[in-house]
Amino acid sequence: MLALIPALPLAAVAVNLILGDRLGRRGTAFLACGAVFASFVLAALSVIHLASLPPGARTMVADVYTWMRVGDFKVDVAFLLDPLSSVMVLVVTGVGFLIHLYSVGYMAHDASFRRFFLYLNLFMFAMLTLVLAKNFLVMFVGWEGVGLCSYLLIGFWMDRPSAARAGMKAFVVNRIGDFGFLLGMLTLFAWTGSLDYERVFAAAPIVFHPGTLAITFATLALLLGATGKSAQIPLYTWLPDAMEGPTPVSALIHAATMVTAGVYMVARCHILFTMAPFSLETVAVIGAATALFAATIGVAQNDIKRVLAYSTVSQLGYMFFACGVGAFGAGIFHLMTHAFFKALLFLGAGSVIHALSGEQDMRKMGGLASRLPWTHGVMLVACVAIAGIPPFAGFFSKDEILSAAFASGHYGVWVAGLLGAVLTAFYMFRLYFLTFRGSSRLTHEAEHHLHESPAVMVAPLVVLAALSVVGGFVGLPFQEGGRRLTTLEGGAALERWLAPVFGEGGAAGASHAVPHLSFTTEWALIAVSVAAAAFGIAMASRAYAKAAGEPIAEKAPRLYGLLEHKYWIDELYDTIAVRPIRALGDVLWRFWDEKIVDGTVNGVAYVVEWASAVLRVFQTGFVGTYALFLTLGVAALIAHYLVR
Amino acid sequence: MMHDIPLAWMLALSATVFVIGVVGVLVRRNALVIFMSIELMLNAGNLAFVAFSRALGSLDGQVFVFFVMTVAAAEVAVGLAIIVNVFRLKETIYVDEINLLKG
Repeated sequence: MLALIPALPLAAVAVNLILGDRLGRRGTAFLACGAVFASFVLAALSVIHLASLPPGARTMVADVYTWMRVGDFKVDVAFLLDPLSSVMVLVVTGVGFLIHLYSVGYMAHDASFRRFFLYLNLFMFAMLTLVLAKNFLVMFVGWEGVGLCSYLLIGFWMDRPSAARAGMKAFVVNRIGDFGFLLGMLTLFAWTGSLDYERVFAAAPIVFHPGTLAITFATLALLLGATGKSAQIPLYTWLPDAMEGPTPVSALIHAATMVTAGVYMVARCHILFTMAPFSLETVAVIGAATALFAATIGVAQNDIKRVLAYSTVSQLGYMFFACGVGAFGAGIFHLMTHAFFKALLFLGAGSVIHALSGEQDMRKMGGLASRLPWTHGVMLVACVAIAGIPPFAGFFSKDEILSAAFASGHYGVWVAGLLGAVLTAFYMFRLYFLTFRGSSRLTHEAEHHLHESPAVMVAPLVVLAALSVVGGFVGLPFQEGGRRLTTLEGGAALERWLAPVFGEGGAAGASHAVPHLSFTTEWALIAVSVAAAAFGIAMASRAYAKAAGEPIAEKAPRLYGLLEHKYWIDELYDTIAVRPIRALGDVLWRFWDEKIVDGTVNGVAYVVEWASAVLRVFQTGFVGTYALFLTLGVAALIAHYLVR
Repeated sequence: MMHDIPLAWMLALSATVFVIGVVGVLVRRNALVIFMSIELMLNAGNLAFVAFSRALGSLDGQVFVFFVMTVAAAEVAVGLAIIVNVFRLKETIYVDEINLLKG
């Protein structure tokens, strides 16, 4: 049954390929959405079954077949459902289904409707393989598969040069990360002799000493892979450009699911990371730096999808530093709530873009609240959720991350996260005010076509909005067995659910070293983070609620310019990496390949040609000539023997 | 009798005839004449066999001559057949007008 979850979307891909255009638009839509929905139902049933097992035995395994066997080394195509992958699989199939449904409306007028759903289903297959894998190699298959689909879907409108370029950029940047993943995987294999999660994690404490070079190297290499897939510093640059793809793709792949693969992988390898304190520190620092850094860039972007893209990078940063401070459960919790509200934000933005016939520049929006009531409503919910106002989903997860950072003594990370939270609230409400409030700045053309999205698009938005409201409650502390509730940590439903994976003690790794915070401190932290969010919203409201221009640009033009140009990081990478590599490639091409390699091959051909030109003279075709040479040869032989 | 004609003279005659044959093959254009020149070379060989046979008092050389003549007869049969067919094809038996061997 487990294997069917990824297999169904793959089957849909096959049917789509075989039947082709005979399916028609309705058929394509039903097939694609139906397969994903069936996967979702199967996943839900599996998870319900999983929940019925005792906590210690909550794993389900499906061995499909033995992929390879070399001596002691054996790799199975096998799937594993445990509490960690169950969260992922529900998020992926659930949000994935909603986005499929939404796409039916969003892509309705696209000429390549069928190709779109083909890629989307292929993506679902790869993503589900990734999260359900039972060993690193199968995970890597999914990892590469989602990378491929991401490339295909970013460049979906490949007749646009910018889309084709963005796809290539995403692919190449991800390759750097994949190299890291591969390196980490091979290091683990070299030391433990296996790629199976269970065996690697069981062997790791025996073969590695905590903090040694080997385990640090392996985890840092895995981290490099995670930064590539999850768009963290230094490999985050591809994600904002990935917005060239259709908006449902941005929602599904570049917000809700694929980009969280890095977080999932780090959480999956938490045993390894906790053995390498340096790597864990690095995860925390990278995460916090990315969370803050990307948030500042998000403040000064005018493309509605780019704001969301930087917001995604920033929120992924939160997940990373949650893992980095040892609160893997909190990271996964934020991953889940983020999937809800960020998918909602992207789909809402898509709805706005759809209504405005493709306009993405927020400077040409404004005053849409009354014109797009449904979209406005759900977007407001999503903005509040991501800003971290209780009782919306984002509040619970973000607060949990921040308090875990505080509790584990990472005060620098905590401050960065808090500043990031202020900025998050600020740029989200900047987006909200620029888009839905103020006076209309629409072009006449867009004004004319303005319309609310069809029901097939609005329905998923409403479901996601509901999830963004209630999704955080799984993180609520709850009382068990009449035990008196003295702390807000450690009793949360989700963390209790994840406990078999991350170890007993609720707040995962953090609790190994750090005592739980006192009740008072908890509430103080909550007050601080809510105040931070409220402050951000207030600032955005002051600056943009009625403004026509760009207040930051007027007050601090140089800072704004720096942010608008994204700190010139793309240009920096271009100078220090892209151009030198291209120059090297140019040398290898024009000198090494054309002169040396081609030269050798052509040289052989020239020698043969010259030799045959000489020999051709002797072949006249006249018997007499041949006889003459024969005679001369014999005479020469005789002379030779006589003289000798 | 001609008892004392030295072996060297007979071999010299044989060599002379052979060289005449070789030159004939090389310089003549008519395939029939080339053929006759080849016969000359073969018979120069026969002459040498016979001369040695006599000088050594052995019949082996004379036996070989029969073989050579047989082979020569067979060769003529095949060769003439080729020449006839070439003539039918090209209407000439001048070898410098026949360059079918050039690829």
